[in-house]
Amino acid sequence: MLKVSNVNVYYGAIHALVNVSLEVSEGEIVTLIGANGAGKSSTIRSISGLVKPASGEISFNGNPIHRSSAHEIVRLGISQSPEGRRVFPAMTVHENLKLGAYSRKCSKSEVSNDIEEMYHTFPRLKEREKQPAGTLSGGEQQMLAIARALMSRPRLLMLDEPSLGLAPFLVQTIFRIIKDINLKGVTILLVEQNANQALKLANRGYVLETGEVILHDSSSELLANDAVRKAYLGD
Amino acid sequence: MSHISSVLASLVHVLSHAPSVFWRLTLSGIELGGVYALIAIGYTLVYGVLQFINFAHGDVYMVGAYIGFFSVTVWFASSSPWIQGICGIVLSIIGCALLGLFIERLAYRPLRNGLSSADAVPWSIISAFYVDAFLGKYLAARSVLPAVAIYLIVFAISFAVMLVVLKKLFRMLAPRIKPTNDRLTALITAIGMSLLLENQGAASFGVSPHIAQVKGINQSVAPLIVLVASVVLAAALVFVIKATSIGRAIRAVSQDKDAAALMGIPTDKVVGFTFLLGAGLAGAGGFLNHMVDGVQFDTNIGITLGLKAFIAAVLGGIGRVDGAIVGALLMGLAETYTGASIFSDFKNAVAFVILIAVLLLRPSGILGKTAQEKV
Repeated sequence: MLKVSNVNVYYGAIHALVNVSLEVSEGEIVTLIGANGAGKSSTIRSISGLVKPASGEISFNGNPIHRSSAHEIVRLGISQSPEGRRVFPAMTVHENLKLGAYSRKCSKSEVSNDIEEMYHTFPRLKEREKQPAGTLSGGEQQMLAIARALMSRPRLLMLDEPSLGLAPFLVQTIFRIIKDINLKGVTILLVEQNANQALKLANRGYVLETGEVILHDSSSELLANDAVRKAYLGD
Repeated sequence: MSHISSVLASLVHVLSHAPSVFWRLTLSGIELGGVYALIAIGYTLVYGVLQFINFAHGDVYMVGAYIGFFSVTVWFASSSPWIQGICGIVLSIIGCALLGLFIERLAYRPLRNGLSSADAVPWSIISAFYVDAFLGKYLAARSVLPAVAIYLIVFAISFAVMLVVLKKLFRMLAPRIKPTNDRLTALITAIGMSLLLENQGAASFGVSPHIAQVKGINQSVAPLIVLVASVVLAAALVFVIKATSIGRAIRAVSQDKDAAALMGIPTDKVVGFTFLLGAGLAGAGGFLNHMVDGVQFDTNIGITLGLKAFIAAVLGGIGRVDGAIVGALLMGLAETYTGASIFSDFKNAVAFVILIAVLLLRPSGILGKTAQEKV
């Protein structure tokens, strides 16, 4: 479904991604793990078009997308819940969700049906419906960011550090929600520092280090891998 | 139609014979504030989406006044007052909106997308050179120009040609100048655009002041028309921003550009639309102030009135539409009251006094929030 081949990204003199290649098939949960600055977010940002790769190719369902701009890529069915949530702080929860559906060409009633569905999945958002998103707690903002990303009805949902800064019980909730989304047929690319949780949830994983993919395997193999256990699972 | 104007006239009659002079001053202060607001909204909208001060905005207002001038004195000179007024303001709005969009596309967008800084870095240098070496003598030789509409066309074409030619020239001469500071480059470019518009204006329309008014307009009704029209236009703008899909997109871009792009919002188009809206309102302001109220104007009004409107936007809290309106009303009132007092010589200085006072107390403006770091 998604194919990233030999992508290189530079920020000025910094070589942030070095020949990164990865693949995600329909229906999978794939995770990218690695330390801070390993290039996880850069990978996701180059897929969603916020960063332009200097070389390499990215294709989605066989169509090259690495030259398209971010707003066009959303229309193709790739949605991203960015690192740090990035909800629109001065807008209400409801407006944030409406913006999530901006790329869709559909009727207003269809959008409001989808918003109701999001409120059903995330009851806390319903309670906060009229509140500016900036006043929500971290966990609520994370739910809003995920719900907003789902509003475009993506076929591939990319989640960048959804557990960052959340209390442990909330992390559990978020991961359960991700699982549910996947069961509804949305393919998921998950970036996480919480490697343990992420690998338990995912089918496969890629390990990034200083901009390079150094390892990729099924989650169970990675969980059993000594080097991975030492570096990322705190054993 | 004459019925409406007679109602207006009687309303003004009542107001202007109200016991206190204060009432009348307040009315004309609000009217002036309305004009400032129409300009200030453009500064604030663009600042909102780009965190950038578009210094050429005041000069767009100046062009609006000239489009209005040619509408009233040439194109619709023999039409009825209503046709003159309506066609004049519509043409000013459309002309300025297109000019704003054009400036954004040709001068600012290439900088933003980092294609080549050579596209725009040296606008101001070129423009300054152009004035000194060429325009100064040229203008001195022909300080009075007849008010013929052909000059507007001359202006449009020469401005466009200058922009395109200069751009090409710089691509050839300096293909890859690396910008050292993107924000500074943008600022200098904006100042350059302002100078370019002003100088092209002076070269096309002449430097002597002009004065004209929609035919047969009642001197006592004019302020009320300006007032009502600016309230209607500002209200329409607020409606667009608050309640429409494109307005929501504008707010999204001003709160978080990357996140907006991830929603599928074409951010460049939204920025262009923001320029279109702001410039259109400035055009309306130019028409209302000079063609309805009959205030004398020349090609310098872009700097003088534009600067005051910019101060109004900062005063109210730049980036906020409501702030621009509040700041503009405050400025209009202060200026009018001062003008009528024994300190009338300080009429133009009062804007700066208020600015200093407000910024000392509230650095982010009256309605501005203190900058919040996003988590």
